[in-house]
Amino acid sequence: MKLLTGNDLKSGAVTWWAGAGWSIHLTDAADVGADGDTILTAEDAARRVNAPYLVDADDAGLPLHIKDRIRAAGPSVRSDLALKPADEWAA
Amino acid sequence: MYQYDQYDQAIVDARVDEFRDQVARRLSGALSEDQFKPLRLMNGLYLQLHAYMLRVAIPYGTLNSRQMHMLAHIARRYDRDYGHFTTRQNIQYNWVKLSDAPDILADLASVEMHAIQTSGNCIRNISADQFAGASADEVTDPRPWAELLRQWSSFHPEFSYLPRKFKIAVIASEQDRAAMRLHDIGIRIVERDSELGGELGAQIYVGGGMGRTPMIAPLIREFVPLSDLLSFVEACLRVYNRYGRRDNIYKARIKILIHELGAEEFARQVEAEFAQVKTLGIDPPVAEFERVAAQFALPEPIQTALRHSRESGNPTPDSDVLTGLELDPRFRGGDNWGGFTAWVRQNTHPHKAPGHAIVTISLKPVGGIPGDASSAQIDAMAELALRYSHDELRVTHSQNIVFPHVAVTDLRAVYDALVKAGLASANIDLITDIIACPGLDYCSLANARSIPVAQKIAARFADGARQRDLGELKLKISGCINACGHHHAGHIGILGVDRKGTENYQLSLGGSGAEDVSLAKITGPGFDEDGIVDAVERVTDRYLALREGGERFLDTYRRVGMDPFKEVIYG
Amino acid sequence: MGEHLPTLDAFLTLGAARTVRLEPADDARALLLHLDRLNLVEIAFPAFRDGRGYSSARILRQAGYTGPLRAAGDILLDQIVYMKRCGFDTFAPDAPLDAEAVKRALNRYDAVYQRAADDAIPVWQLRHG
Repeated sequence: MKLLTGNDLKSGAVTWWAGAGWSIHLTDAADVGADGDTILTAEDAARRVNAPYLVDADDAGLPLHIKDRIRAAGPSVRSDLALKPADEWAA
Repeated sequence: MYQYDQYDQAIVDARVDEFRDQVARRLSGALSEDQFKPLRLMNGLYLQLHAYMLRVAIPYGTLNSRQMHMLAHIARRYDRDYGHFTTRQNIQYNWVKLSDAPDILADLASVEMHAIQTSGNCIRNISADQFAGASADEVTDPRPWAELLRQWSSFHPEFSYLPRKFKIAVIASEQDRAAMRLHDIGIRIVERDSELGGELGAQIYVGGGMGRTPMIAPLIREFVPLSDLLSFVEACLRVYNRYGRRDNIYKARIKILIHELGAEEFARQVEAEFAQVKTLGIDPPVAEFERVAAQFALPEPIQTALRHSRESGNPTPDSDVLTGLELDPRFRGGDNWGGFTAWVRQNTHPHKAPGHAIVTISLKPVGGIPGDASSAQIDAMAELALRYSHDELRVTHSQNIVFPHVAVTDLRAVYDALVKAGLASANIDLITDIIACPGLDYCSLANARSIPVAQKIAARFADGARQRDLGELKLKISGCINACGHHHAGHIGILGVDRKGTENYQLSLGGSGAEDVSLAKITGPGFDEDGIVDAVERVTDRYLALREGGERFLDTYRRVGMDPFKEVIYG
Repeated sequence: MGEHLPTLDAFLTLGAARTVRLEPADDARALLLHLDRLNLVEIAFPAFRDGRGYSSARILRQAGYTGPLRAAGDILLDQIVYMKRCGFDTFAPDAPLDAEAVKRALNRYDAVYQRAADDAIPVWQLRHG
């Protein structure tokens, strides 16, 4: 599947396109399928999220590339700083 | 150390105001990210993997306890309770919000600090010898010149849109603790005709750097009178600004220009430009140098100690702090005497004034993250520096902290306090004193993680006796070809690369960023994370088998070459 | 507006031209023998990141050119201050700049650290009278 991700303009937080808006939780991420480029263009123009880009993910919704896995999970060397399911927008 | 006057303060305050305005324009949508990016970068604000990152300038790595406390305050209030000290003597915060950045800059300005030109294609924070002013081997304190360069380069109207970033380092001793010749401009202040009363001037090296095309800076001018220093540097920058390549970001650093022109032709162009620039009155008068230099005067008790030693006809500094302590019944023995002596042996250097030592605090505990310190640790170091180091701290390019002026009689108290703060690792310049960039755990440019590799190597060599037996061994890790972890200058260097989506690590040997500067050579095919740790151990085992006399790893490598090491790595 | 000005080559060939437009790669020193017949120099900034034009301006002012010096092209609000310090006195930005914002930017810094092509007095001179 394909996911759309970027960093929130105000907080810088990693954010995922969730279908109708953005979420900091990878579990909310929506498969953008073939619409990826259209959504990307629209969201880029909206200037809410910096440098949005499309990533490939496996069937479980986990990004294939290690970089995006680390973005989703937080630094691998600071598990105490990892995003928790209950965390809300830090902004 | 340098204190702002009304002008310095007004400039930094205006910068806060300007950045507040720029951030507001970005948040309102008036600026696109493409337009905002160079503006935020010139204030050290990056967008990294997880958040914005703010890099705060620590000019020539010198700061006082009030400033250090402010760094802790910022970590606590705006970030996640820690900061990361960098190889350019700065500090970075990893979890900054864009909307908070102007307030952070305002807090910094209240203690005479800023983030000006810590990124962007401009002249970056000036770095210097971390032992400046304290070390016995310097001809003068290089920091007044670094401060004059800081002022000259701040908001330089001609050189704020250079082809690429530009880094300057200043030292004033034979020993190079600042990797001077791996900078765009390296300045070594020297004395000539010392038998005739002496005259100070600057050797100018231009075109060093690491990155994907590492180069050692060639000497461009043997001696520039210090009264012409800024004009000469301005001439170098003008030639670079006009003729540095702008067609390819990877070829835009000044080292490529010099490589393509040749050092001689570059020097000729600089001299021609210098002849013009010299007439413009760029250099401030002697009175301004004296005003700045007076603020770097040694603390009074240290001046007194120096005076006494000169009068007693015994001007040599204490070369062996430990012997003095062992002979003094007040300090001998006590709890953890072995730990203390190991720390003194490894983490102190001779001070120019008798009865004093330079202390380096390691930010490389086994299991920790190289260069990271918690707010509590930053506060603890600030308090100790106020009490025991005449209110002065330094940041080193090896990502450690220095107390430059500690009385030998206070070393025990300093050590005991550092143990409590978790800052007493006795490993300076040993294999676990690893330089590592943030790598793929934080950095959006990285290809592989650096920190976990550093941690695994440190764990493998955790035994103190084993580290000391290996002796001086500088291990440096970068998570991508940009070489922020200085792997080209490591006795042992490691470069993380992305090999078809997985992290892979290349090993190199024989680099040095010191006065015996050299670039490391790659051993061969790379390894996975565990494989690279094993490979490092095979290299150090081989060194132990091959070394003669008091050779360091680097000396043995230079004597025997790469082949004996390749045999054990790939054999 | 700059497209009508002669290029450096044209200026050097046409003895009658009194205006010229310098591209980033042009050597401003080629004009030094002709300063007295120039009554406008335009320096092009095709991309705001390309800072060569700042040096061109410094070189012309340093050599004694006192006529109008215009920056034209991709110019951002936050660059105007630097351009003025390098000797530019008129601006032809591709995208119009808000006049109020330009005024604010120009008035923001009272003090400067270095001598440049404008008449601002560097702080080291203020400090020592």
